[in-house]
Amino acid sequence: MSNLVPLFVILPLATAFLIPIFGRFIEGFQKSLLSLVLLFLTILAIHFIVAGIGQPIAYQVGGWSPENGIPIAIYLVLDGLSVLLLLIISLIGFLSTFYSISYIRKFTSQNNFFALLSLMIAGMNGVVLTGDMFNMYVFLEIAVIASYALVAFGIERTELEASFKYQVLGGVASLLILFAIGLLYWKTQTLNMADIANVLKSGNNGLFLVFTQVLLIAGFGLKAAMIPFHAWLPDAHSSAPSPISAMLSGVLIKAVGIYAILRLFFNMFAISYEISMVITVIGTLSMVVGVFLAIGQWDLKRLLAYHSISQMGYVIIGVGMGMLILAEGGDRSIASLAIAGGLFHLVNHAVFKGLLFLNSGAIEYVTGTRNLKMMGGLFKSLPVTSTTALGASLSISGIPPFNGFFSKLVIIVAAIQGEFYLLAVLAIVVSIVTLASFMKFQRYAFFNKSKFTRKIKEVPFPMCFSMVVLVILCLGLSLLIFPGIRDIILTPAVDVLMETTNYSSAIIGM
Amino acid sequence: MTVFIMCFILFLVGLYGVLTRRNLIKIVISVTIMEFSVFLFLVLIGYIENGLAPILTEELNNPVFVDPLPQAMVLTAIVIGLATSAMLLAIAIRLYKKYGTFDIRKINNLKG
Repeated sequence: MSNLVPLFVILPLATAFLIPIFGRFIEGFQKSLLSLVLLFLTILAIHFIVAGIGQPIAYQVGGWSPENGIPIAIYLVLDGLSVLLLLIISLIGFLSTFYSISYIRKFTSQNNFFALLSLMIAGMNGVVLTGDMFNMYVFLEIAVIASYALVAFGIERTELEASFKYQVLGGVASLLILFAIGLLYWKTQTLNMADIANVLKSGNNGLFLVFTQVLLIAGFGLKAAMIPFHAWLPDAHSSAPSPISAMLSGVLIKAVGIYAILRLFFNMFAISYEISMVITVIGTLSMVVGVFLAIGQWDLKRLLAYHSISQMGYVIIGVGMGMLILAEGGDRSIASLAIAGGLFHLVNHAVFKGLLFLNSGAIEYVTGTRNLKMMGGLFKSLPVTSTTALGASLSISGIPPFNGFFSKLVIIVAAIQGEFYLLAVLAIVVSIVTLASFMKFQRYAFFNKSKFTRKIKEVPFPMCFSMVVLVILCLGLSLLIFPGIRDIILTPAVDVLMETTNYSSAIIGM
Repeated sequence: MTVFIMCFILFLVGLYGVLTRRNLIKIVISVTIMEFSVFLFLVLIGYIENGLAPILTEELNNPVFVDPLPQAMVLTAIVIGLATSAMLLAIAIRLYKKYGTFDIRKINNLKG
């Protein structure tokens, strides 16, 4: 079983280099190869989930076995949390690729587009799988450098400007992370995350550790666009081609931002009250400020991008509350509920925000505009797009029976049980403001009087297919609230975060 | 210890440049200065006083080697840094072609 783990990195990486070589000779090679590879990886991830992962599966790259219990090789570690992220990456990646088959016709150089997308997916899979700090930095750079190029893919004025901004802030974030990795290596003389956890457990180096943790929060917070560090996100996510926006908003900020924060602060460092407080406060700020920044937007994709910040805030407060309860030594069942709510919302956000960006791409594809004031009356001419957009809007604003409702409900229930009453009230208020903002989107885009004189046709089949699959998932993921299904998909991931020391002991003991 | 503090000062110089410069090329240079300060720091943490280059030979008994792992890390990081700088400069040149200027005060289509 463990021999299958490296495929998640190898296959997309190989695809990225095969596409420029063979793509120019064989018609349609790039689209079909990348779609097939991602479909295969989705099935592989589902297979791992259904088979069930008890202990983390560790693959030693190069086959170097540990010496005196000290790991030498770079480890690829597959456990409940990483397999959940891998499933999201492969699934949204597959649907975005399939959608791009039609969408990308308006750009030249399709080979480069698909090669960069493949490279980005390889990088994200690597970040999620790796058990080595420096290796994480390398994969993170692979993912974000590909995304810099993809944001600038339109090479018009706004795209270039957004990409430059994104690159400067992303570069600063990467250097903060590298600096923190250097500091960790200096103190612990190892790069393996499980080993670092082991070494840190024995020694007491308070101030040094706090400095490293602050650097890491700043670095990964910049990558995840939490509120004091959010300046690049609305520009970059709204300027990229729409399938890429779906990947960036739906997957990239989670894989290289949220996932890294979760993995490092739960499984590598011991949870401390102060750091949990910082993370929760940042999450609350993102949730509240993001939605109020979104409400005044008239550019459809900018509006969606600001909502990404706000919805990521929900994920962070769910997980942050869990950290706070664990740090105080409170009731573990409430902590588990809060973390489950956060991870549930993470999965849901990938689906509905991916869908909303694909919808905005479909609207832009047929009408050529992203400005809500210029649209109107699209309901009749775009039946598939408007129905799926309605589903996604209801989902993000938390209307039952869509998935967004249930994950927000779990977070709010956990907040009330854990006596974080302010957070519960804020979460409800933000949800209502989100609803208002998406009613504006629905009304101006689909229901007002039409402002188009020419005839508008529905988008081609591949685009419709991706959107329909995602709207079915929006409904279907509500089933995760039922214990039987939750135990297969969500509970292993929650257990990884709850049993904080299990990760290092399982890998060192191997 | 002094060298580590100087490394950190170099890092802050780069950060100051990123935050205050108005010229795209100067911003790229500032990012590169930050990069090099981190590289220097990585090399320094592997350095041991009077250490030898880490090459195993027969005739040495109990040699003191410098730590080779940070050196390997720095080489990797330099290659990644090259990719980042190339990407930044490519975008800066494209921006110059579109706007005819490197001044970021004039390149401000995106707001709000």
